[in-house]
Amino acid sequence: MKVMCAMSGGVDSSVAALLLQRAGHDVVGVTMKLWGGDSDTGCCSVSDVDDARRVAQQLGIDHLVFNFGDDFDAHVVEPYIDAHTRGITPNPCIECNRSVKFARLAERADLLGFDAVATGHHANIGTTPDGRLTLERGTDPAKDQSYVVHMLDQARLARTMFPVGSLHKSRVRELAAEIDLRTADKPDSQDVCFITSTGGRTAFLGDRIPFRPASVVDTAGEQLGAVESVELVTVGQRKGLGLPGGGPKRYVVDVDTAAGVVTVGSDDDLLRQDLSVGAVTWVDEPVEGEVLVQCSAHGEPRPAMIATGRPSDGTSDGTSGDLAVGWQTPQRRVAPGQSVVFYDSGNERVLGGGICR
Amino acid sequence: MRAEAIEAMLPFLDGLYANPSGSHRFARRARQAVDEARDRVAAVVGCHPNEVVFTGCGTESDNTAILGAVSRLGGVAVCPAVEHHAVLHAVERTGGRTVAVDRFGRVDLDALASTLDDLSGDDRPGVAIVSVMAVNNEVGTVTDLAEVARIVRRHAPAALVHTDAVQAASWLDLREITPHVDLLSLSAHKFGGPKGVGVLVERGGPRVDPLIIGGGQERERRSGTHNTGGIVAASIALELTDLERPTENVRLAELRDRLVKGLQSHVDGVHETIPVEHKVAGSGHVCVEGIESEALLFLLDEAGVCASAASACASGAMEPSHVLAAMGVDRSLALGSLRLSLGHTTTADDVDRAVDVLGPAIRRLRAGVGG
Repeated sequence: MKVMCAMSGGVDSSVAALLLQRAGHDVVGVTMKLWGGDSDTGCCSVSDVDDARRVAQQLGIDHLVFNFGDDFDAHVVEPYIDAHTRGITPNPCIECNRSVKFARLAERADLLGFDAVATGHHANIGTTPDGRLTLERGTDPAKDQSYVVHMLDQARLARTMFPVGSLHKSRVRELAAEIDLRTADKPDSQDVCFITSTGGRTAFLGDRIPFRPASVVDTAGEQLGAVESVELVTVGQRKGLGLPGGGPKRYVVDVDTAAGVVTVGSDDDLLRQDLSVGAVTWVDEPVEGEVLVQCSAHGEPRPAMIATGRPSDGTSDGTSGDLAVGWQTPQRRVAPGQSVVFYDSGNERVLGGGICR
Repeated sequence: MRAEAIEAMLPFLDGLYANPSGSHRFARRARQAVDEARDRVAAVVGCHPNEVVFTGCGTESDNTAILGAVSRLGGVAVCPAVEHHAVLHAVERTGGRTVAVDRFGRVDLDALASTLDDLSGDDRPGVAIVSVMAVNNEVGTVTDLAEVARIVRRHAPAALVHTDAVQAASWLDLREITPHVDLLSLSAHKFGGPKGVGVLVERGGPRVDPLIIGGGQERERRSGTHNTGGIVAASIALELTDLERPTENVRLAELRDRLVKGLQSHVDGVHETIPVEHKVAGSGHVCVEGIESEALLFLLDEAGVCASAASACASGAMEPSHVLAAMGVDRSLALGSLRLSLGHTTTADDVDRAVDVLGPAIRRLRAGVGG
């Protein structure tokens, strides 16, 4: 097969290219230039592109750089900034997978005659006896990335490959070291590529939007303090609220950016019976009933019932297609904007997912 | 590289390896070779040999002219918005100004005049240098430097006039450009010489501070041990280019038209960016509707046709063209830009093959998946 391997310059996608080549595929490596500003690896992450290119050279495969900067700005960066002004905490890596990697890049690969796009994600693609494709957790539980690729549907899965999904990370590094790939010891990337570790989210957003102060109140409405920038406050947050130490732990239970109010409460105040999920996508047919629900990249999946319609607490804005998640036991409130992913009760297969309202 | 240039270079990598700044007999022979190369370049450029400074590349020549002028004279630098980044980024570093261009990429002379007026006078920084390229590297537009010089002399009489003539050497008689400017940059690999050799012409003696200082080579205008073989090869290549220019201009203009018209007869929506009367013979820049050049370049490369779209950034990614943006070309059309460049090695067969590959590739991309 003719396979386009998305190479970030990290060890997983390096080994993905290696494994595709060993399997006899005709492989072309592609690095996407997404962000033109500062990053931890220099302007437009040039050193990562260098790593990807040098790995491709070592493997003897072609390597190209595609500039999807406009798409990244429009579909990832701008919505990220906009969401923060509305008290929403998005996951930009998931939006990048949805709108750039498995959309723009994949469509370009289709157009150029490739049979599939491969990435270094730790997830697996399987087939049911009746020929349907399944999206499954990566074999290494510590590195599983099925959560961040949950938006893949049957058509896209049919043209996607995850060559390292069935390997433990230690084996990936071993394979890289065996042939002395320069990325063998490269640390895993942890953070959002357009946010530097020195400046963080505060510097990034501070350069782009005006921060507004907000008062911090308890659930009875009594003012306890104030924060300088409501845009940086997230539901579930405990630190950085400028509240005096001691006493019971207090968490952010609600953020109202328009009114400039942050409500804090106890652990119990944060608990919810339901949550509403919008922009839902399904790997195969839509599912209702008992599932496991995961609300962060490495969060614990919890049992819940999912059904179309409004949850009892009225958090849904009534958008059609919203899905109500009813927890089996109350769970901490999920920050609006976070991805909510449904797994089968065996905790193996991704069923679908959406965005917390 | 031209075969004659390669041949001229080889002795200096071997038997004549000596440093031309030395004093022994072998060094003197190397020195003689550099001096003779300087004579050859001066003859083609139309200047005195003492006005020729050999540098490490065209970018170094441009940087030296702009940063060296500001260092020596104070004030800022000015250039049109379509300059090569070697000029543009140097001008930005001086806190300088860029000037608007017309739809063909020629500097807007009224805008230039008002920019110069705005920077001159009391409490103003003043203008050290105005840099205007002779031929645009992306789209091939020729600029009338006599007109530019006239405006500068009138509105900023103390300013130097520099031209990045890197793209001009193959197509224009440099002797007709030199009289209008104070400084002129060339790059050897653009006329069949080696990479890593540039020329800065400083008319009337030292006009700017040197960028690279040290051993005082090139009459203290550019330090660093001479790249003897490269300099000799560059001079030979430039001499040949100059000799062949009249016939090559005719031959390549015909081939360029055959390429663009051939392509236009195969597919609709192919726009020649600059009318032929405003550009040099080897430039076949087109914008293709309904495709992205990044995708097209992949298909061309696969088929063995080498082309480019705009300039690449440090990551190797194609950047949206600042030249087309300054000319007011719609961004969606600019995404389909294609630089088809012809040179002394281009043949009619090459052109026909490019048309044969381009037509179907464009149609395939427009048809989409499964098309």
